[in-house]
Amino acid sequence: MTEFMMIFRSEYKPDFKPSPEQMAASIKQWQDWIGGIAAQGKFVSTNRLSSVGAKVVKPGNLVTDGPYIEVKEIIGGNILVKAESMEEALLLAEGCPILMVGGNVEVRPVISM
Amino acid sequence: MIMEKELLSSLFKTEYSKIIAVLCKCFGIANIAIAEDIANDSFLKATEAWSMHGVPENPTAWLYTVAKNKTKDYVKRQNLFSVIITKELQNRVTDYDEIELDLSVQNIRDSQLQMIFTVCNPVIPPEAQIGLALRILCGFGIDAIADAFLTNKETIHKRLLRAKEKLREANFQITLPAPGELNARLEMVLRIIYLIFNEGYYSATPNNILRKELCLEAMRLNYFLLENASTNTPGVNALMSLMCFHASRLDARTNATGEIILYEDQNRALWDDELIAKGNIFLIESAKGQEITKYHLEASIAYWHCTKNEPANKWEKILQLYNQLLQIEYSPVAALNRTFALYITSGKENAIKEAEKIQLEGNHFYHALLGYLYTGMDKIKAMAHYQKALLLAKSEKEKVILQNHINQL
Repeated sequence: MTEFMMIFRSEYKPDFKPSPEQMAASIKQWQDWIGGIAAQGKFVSTNRLSSVGAKVVKPGNLVTDGPYIEVKEIIGGNILVKAESMEEALLLAEGCPILMVGGNVEVRPVISM
Repeated sequence: MIMEKELLSSLFKTEYSKIIAVLCKCFGIANIAIAEDIANDSFLKATEAWSMHGVPENPTAWLYTVAKNKTKDYVKRQNLFSVIITKELQNRVTDYDEIELDLSVQNIRDSQLQMIFTVCNPVIPPEAQIGLALRILCGFGIDAIADAFLTNKETIHKRLLRAKEKLREANFQITLPAPGELNARLEMVLRIIYLIFNEGYYSATPNNILRKELCLEAMRLNYFLLENASTNTPGVNALMSLMCFHASRLDARTNATGEIILYEDQNRALWDDELIAKGNIFLIESAKGQEITKYHLEASIAYWHCTKNEPANKWEKILQLYNQLLQIEYSPVAALNRTFALYITSGKENAIKEAEKIQLEGNHFYHALLGYLYTGMDKIKAMAHYQKALLLAKSEKEKVILQNHINQL
């Protein structure tokens, strides 16, 4: 089994403020999707990234706020999974909630160091 | 005579492990056989003396005195002091005539706690740890252990001998783990305690009393950990909560002949409210701190299964708890239970889609679940899965239930 990382990207919408109900519904979607991967014994770990308070460090110790000025998409999080092949990893990506809000999933094999 | 026998057997169960723990602490784990000999001799002497002269007023004190004397005799007779024990005792006693077993409440408690960590030890395989824990920490007879494992005395005997040999080779110190190691070691202890509990809860032995005893012993061992400040952690509280919730159904889940009554068919009036209340208290206690262990999640699932009326959000909560549990630790049982919760919350079609993905081909519960989900959706598939389940099922009772499902299709 190889490890694959899925990186979730979606359009940056700074003005979108979800209601508590929308938040709860979103958490359920994500938990059900991740739970489905875990139920196949293929889950390794996951991270959800905060959309506020991000900093970018540039050469010369130049620190700026967030990557948002230059990019249209932001990374919302990632998940590490185990799969036999890229094909299998792509099957696991099916149903990822980021796809329902017009985002995308980048699937990359992990190279062990 | 019957009363004396009962008294002796209950005394054996409670005192044997205490005497062994203190003796092992005194002689070192390498000499566990000597500790067992002395403890056995003491009980033998008690049986002989009490059958002739009747039971003394304070049998425990009597037993302790015998154990102390036996220890002195043993040390003298074998001249062990010069041969084996010198090294291990050098910091404790200087003159072997003075060897006095410390059977004070405090030393018994400390020794027993340390023995839990010594026995639940990764140098020996888990099954042997359970056997040794039942023998050394719980005072179970070889017969009862063999009965619980559905095997014979000879197998258990050999297993315990090998385990003791390993402990002797490793020459483990009987102490609490260093603070830095405590959490990792505690996790192993909890695993063994939970296995002992499950051995009782899910055991195939028809012996109801033995089953209950195994569950109660696991809870007693866990209680030891709660009584000590350094081992009273959120995870330990969570496991206690889980066992209380499960144990609350002990009387409801089997009939008089020891057959399992399924959850849906249980008489809820037989659930033990007191244990459920205790489970709630330990669950609240376990929520202190940031740590979430698999026991927290399993206890929370058990909490929802203990609600007598069916709250509307019960299965959604259970589904989310299984989602989290599977992220901490995968197990086929959790994967199957998650799929069932998914069926209740989002219907058969969705559940079938997810069930097909978990691919537990060799598991009869998996095929029984798929058979159940396909019933009313796809008769041919339902039949095929029930047939596979029937082929894989082990017990007669399961086969009868599966055959009934097939007949009803």
